[in-house]
Amino acid sequence: MRLTIQDLTQTFGTTRVLDKLSLETGSVHALVLVGPSGGGKSTLLRILAGLDTPTSGTVTFDDTVLQPDEASLRLYRRSVGTVFQSYNLFPHLSARENLILPLVHVHGLSREEALSRVEEPLKRFHLYEHASKRPAELSGGQNQRIAILRAIIVKPKRLFLDEPTSALDPEMTAEVLDMIESLKESGTDFVLVTHAMNFARRVADEIAFIGDGKALAHGPANMLFESPENPRVATFFEQVLR
Amino acid sequence: MNMSRSFAHIIVATVVTILLIVACFQVPGDWNWSGVWEYRQKFISGWFMTLGLSLAALVLSVAIGLIVALCLAARNPLVEATGRIYVELIRGTPLLVQLLLGFYVVANAVGLENRFVVGTLVLAAFSGAYMAEIFRGGLNAIPKTQRDSARAIGLTRWQSFRLVVLPQAVRLVLPAIAGQLVSLIKDSSLLSVIAISELTLNAQEVNSFTYSTLESYVPLAIGYLLLTLPLSATARWLEASFRYER
Repeated sequence: MRLTIQDLTQTFGTTRVLDKLSLETGSVHALVLVGPSGGGKSTLLRILAGLDTPTSGTVTFDDTVLQPDEASLRLYRRSVGTVFQSYNLFPHLSARENLILPLVHVHGLSREEALSRVEEPLKRFHLYEHASKRPAELSGGQNQRIAILRAIIVKPKRLFLDEPTSALDPEMTAEVLDMIESLKESGTDFVLVTHAMNFARRVADEIAFIGDGKALAHGPANMLFESPENPRVATFFEQVLR
Repeated sequence: MNMSRSFAHIIVATVVTILLIVACFQVPGDWNWSGVWEYRQKFISGWFMTLGLSLAALVLSVAIGLIVALCLAARNPLVEATGRIYVELIRGTPLLVQLLLGFYVVANAVGLENRFVVGTLVLAAFSGAYMAEIFRGGLNAIPKTQRDSARAIGLTRWQSFRLVVLPQAVRLVLPAIAGQLVSLIKDSSLLSVIAISELTLNAQEVNSFTYSTLESYVPLAIGYLLLTLPLSATARWLEASFRYER
């Protein structure tokens, strides 16, 4: 995917969360957004995922501009996948029912087709024996892996992941990061917001540093981590990688 | 002490029944049960009338409650105001007044003469206002993140409501809805004021036919319990079936 953002501004009341943010990536599979809390990463990701419309500015993926009207955005959301920090699975449905819901009700598969499509991924990610359980009966890591499966089961053009490991303990974090890494190996394009810097460095084709509502720096992971030009970015990495 | 819940229920119910029987024996004068027995058919027909009216009002009131709850959550201020005024008008006035005005004024004005239909409609409208507030509370209790998640996978607003929000809200409001439905059945006794021969009116008539004062109220109470207890039990069973917390 190739992402171009021009003068993106998002305000909530009098708070300007994104402030004429501009960014142009090369052709990448994995773009990782890092930066301090409250800097605008999640707000940017929600706009990229078609969940919010910006106050002004444009977002272009591979020469296609995101249209701000709800009908276009709904069509767009059907073509991408989004994973939230707090999983947001539907608690009244089993893991399997969570997976087949978008296939049946959004993508028009029959229930039988949907059920057969989810079997193999459930086995591949070691979730098959938990498929009949409801989210409350699963661990955080299992819930997040089901949430990621729900996003990729519809074969999305690209995936948006908003701090998918920040609510998890280290062991569960490893489970989820392994899954994301295997997605990259299978060629899935994604935009990831994370505070897991080592993982970001390992998985990212490009990293964008978002702070104060702007893209303060961006580029290949090693370049950004090792020789950041922006002093704010340098200080941040110094602190978090200490 | 390790005692099963249903066994404890039986013990407490037995004690309460014994206390009530003892209290009855304290009332001066003889109880005239033969009169009640003679008019048993009147109780049975009244019970079935109450059952029919309550069932019809029950279904209608759930539908009214859901529609009005959606009005209360509507973005359009006119729709929201309509829902709000309906709820406040109904909840702010006694059912007795609504029945009298509904039957003698409103139904008369629109030419509706069937007292059973009017009674059912007024009862459903009354209960529907309470249902609406219960549903509104349930719908509001579903976290915004659930709607977000539904949007993210591409569901429309209607699909999100039907497949994600409503099933979770119903689970939350079941106990309150069951309580409201039990009230509705008991409130149906007020339909006697527009001369619908339901259980309460028939019991009062039996009292006058037999020159007795209290006898009819015992089968009357049992008749209502025969309607309300299975409803409460069903609600508890549904609540347990829909439980999805750990």
